[in-house]
Amino acid sequence: MLMELLRLYHYWVFAMLLMIGFYAVVAKPNLIKKLIGLSLFQAAVFLLYITMGKVDGGTAPIFQPGLVNQVFSNPLPQVLILTAIVVGISTMALGLGIVVRIKEEYGSTEEDVIQEINRRW
Amino acid sequence: MTFLFSAFVLTLLVVTALAIVRTGNLFVAIMLTGIFSLLMAVIFFLLDAPDVALTEATIGAGISTVLFLGALALTGEHERTGSTNRPLALVVVIATALIVIYATFDKPRFGDPQAPVQQHVAPWYLEHTPESIDIPNSVTAVLGSFRGYDTLGEVFVVFTAGIGVLILLGSAPAMRSGKDRTRPVRSSEGLRHYLIPRVVGRFLIPVILLFGLYVQFHGDYGPGGGFQAGALIAAAFILYALLEGKEQALAVLPRQVLTALMVGGALLYGGVGVASMLLGGNFLDYSVLTSNPITGQHIGLLLIEVGVGATVMGVLLSVFHAFAARGGHEKC
Repeated sequence: MLMELLRLYHYWVFAMLLMIGFYAVVAKPNLIKKLIGLSLFQAAVFLLYITMGKVDGGTAPIFQPGLVNQVFSNPLPQVLILTAIVVGISTMALGLGIVVRIKEEYGSTEEDVIQEINRRW
Repeated sequence: MTFLFSAFVLTLLVVTALAIVRTGNLFVAIMLTGIFSLLMAVIFFLLDAPDVALTEATIGAGISTVLFLGALALTGEHERTGSTNRPLALVVVIATALIVIYATFDKPRFGDPQAPVQQHVAPWYLEHTPESIDIPNSVTAVLGSFRGYDTLGEVFVVFTAGIGVLILLGSAPAMRSGKDRTRPVRSSEGLRHYLIPRVVGRFLIPVILLFGLYVQFHGDYGPGGGFQAGALIAAAFILYALLEGKEQALAVLPRQVLTALMVGGALLYGGVGVASMLLGGNFLDYSVLTSNPITGQHIGLLLIEVGVGATVMGVLLSVFHAFAARGGHEKC
């Protein structure tokens, strides 16, 4: 029973990281903090994919001469996440670029200050 | 034993994430995200994904930290305190967390070879990699050949994001009325006057570059490939820019070269696809590139990995310089 629960631990950590990131996105007014939260959210999804690809007794999916009947973990989630990490940093850079422009226009990176300025206009 | 270790690292991950959200100083939060990424890379390695671990370590712990700090230099590092209590948000988050955790009980057992995700195309990829592509690293085989379309799409997303940042930050910052901002730009000196970082950096940069090239061209045989290599080489040049000043870095690799790398990489990838079509195969079917299908696959993979590496490196360095140039204008 305890072992079964321990096996779910990866999934629980995924859930907790997802929610910590989600909280930062919805509850923190600072735009940079929101982006950091978004990257936590993203990292949680990466963890879920890689966790699902793991096979008991498996090893990294790289063939080696002389190894027969070796169990390999699933390469497909790894491919998806590998590219997703690089795409993630590029889109994050775009987000940061937008925040920098918002700061230049509004003089603030706080959500409520920006909304206040918008309302007055 | 491995299991206990991964449980320990996973717990550290959650603690780090909580600290990131709780701290009011954004500088501290960004430093903690570097640690978070490194722990994540350890977890990926323990879960048999060395390729992903390498990517997360270079991108998450290296480049992303630098980009966040570059943005922070332009926006200020302190979060405004007070009025951050949003009870409704907390309720929504806790309710969602409970639903997600409830759903985990229905998930297949961790590491189950019979889980649905292990049944569909994954065994086919593992089975056909040796006979139809004949490279040891099946992650590279799936990335470059079996799912070449996906990767082409991802490269174009990276490229588009790079163009977006250049459009957003490339123009000179708007002049604020009332302030005269025409003083000459102070040339950035980097850490040129600090002896130890310079000496250590001088030793490190060639080693990082060499390792980047190794990762680029050894990706068929071991963990690595264009994505990781592009990030590693970009990291070496960013380190150079931090040590010697960004003007010096731009003298070594001017903006035009970076733009050419960005565009050229994406074009090379697409061009390999078009070439294979012209030779009578399907788009991105490298088997027709030479008379021997396996050699064709090897050449195709080599070319597209170079394309991926060039685009990733060009985009990351262009983005870094876009943020850095903005900072130079602001400070003067």
